[in-house]
Amino acid sequence: MSAATVDGPETLPASCHDCGMVVYVAADPHAYAHCPRCDSRVHRRKTDSIHRTWALVITAAMLYVPANVFPVMTVTTLGQSQSDTILSGAIYLLHHGMWPLAAIVFTASVVVPLLKLVSLMGLLISVQRRSNWRPRDRTQIYRIVEIVGRWSMVDIYVVTILVALVHLGNLASIKAELGAVFFGGVVVVTMFAAETFDPRLIWDNAETPHDR
Amino acid sequence: MSDATLILCHDCDQMNRIGEVPLGGSARCSRCGGLLFRRIRNSIDRTLAFTLAGMVLFLVANLLPFLAFKMQGQVTDTTLATGVRSLYEQGRPLVATLVLITTIVAPFVQLVSLILILTPMKLGFAFPGQVALFRTLHKVETWSMMEVFMLGILVSLVKLLGMAEIVPGIALWSFVLLIPVLAAANASLDHHLVWDRLGRNS
Ligand SMILES: [Zn+2]
Repeated sequence: MSAATVDGPETLPASCHDCGMVVYVAADPHAYAHCPRCDSRVHRRKTDSIHRTWALVITAAMLYVPANVFPVMTVTTLGQSQSDTILSGAIYLLHHGMWPLAAIVFTASVVVPLLKLVSLMGLLISVQRRSNWRPRDRTQIYRIVEIVGRWSMVDIYVVTILVALVHLGNLASIKAELGAVFFGGVVVVTMFAAETFDPRLIWDNAETPHDR
Repeated sequence: MSDATLILCHDCDQMNRIGEVPLGGSARCSRCGGLLFRRIRNSIDRTLAFTLAGMVLFLVANLLPFLAFKMQGQVTDTTLATGVRSLYEQGRPLVATLVLITTIVAPFVQLVSLILILTPMKLGFAFPGQVALFRTLHKVETWSMMEVFMLGILVSLVKLLGMAEIVPGIALWSFVLLIPVLAAANASLDHHLVWDRLGRNS
């Protein structure tokens, strides 16, 4: 198999983000090359990864507050209304003896977003401080962050399904509230943050702890 | 594939020299332990079979009645897309769009692009857009969240338990089957092999 594209005097191998082909890219941090196989741009590291990830993490953290303070839906039965937040929705399940489901929902909607934000902040700080502490474990943390984020969407889907099913006016109806918008924002922004972070930065410092 | 392949780890940038990997085996990064690729027996046939089955289930899940809600003689019928429309009507276009993309658009794009890449490959021809299509598939995968939606259905049913009678429709059963079928399609797809074949054609 050929690993082509020679680009100037000093080039370094980089993995094409889309197809995994080994492409040689100039050592200059802003340089990129085109992958001969899939034609996408290949950078050695994701562009401006640390700043962009910080921006997304901070945005998500700010959205997290209204996402939990505002109700995500209002249930009206026989003229009486009751609003639920993300947390009270999980507690409702617990009160009805569905503790395995309550545990899953609580983990997915409360624990996962927080853990994701804290982990990404930790990874960012460790990279900025050029830490060489357990790069393998930090990479593993990153992989987990990447995988679990999607499960936070469960609350958004519950609101969607309930809103679709229950609209019988004053008898029984459910309305999506502002909290759902913010919560959806948290999930989307943290997913982008995980995608923007470049785990190879963890290893850049692990390899040469002193001379960078 | 040649005897030794050079693969750069996606997660740590380690250059790995990988020899022959037997079918059913996988190659891992020597430094961080990350998965480099897996070799899957009959990958293209199996993925194509699961994807075609998935497409049928997906269409049934979207076109037929999903859930019905019965309360004091009044019945509300819904399809999978009803929730998206209701959210939009209630003035939540952003949430509606997010749900539309993650439960309908992304899975559909995923299924269609797999069919359009693997069918020609199986029949021994190629067309120019396939590379772009496979790239799109990689980008879309993250946003296809049907298994999470399944959990959402479960939680919703529990919440409505005391309130009303819920009647499951054909689409719901289709959807329940679709989750493992999609998972099987993803698990049998050998990305490395597909890229290798696409690369040889261009
Ligand atoms: Zn690695």
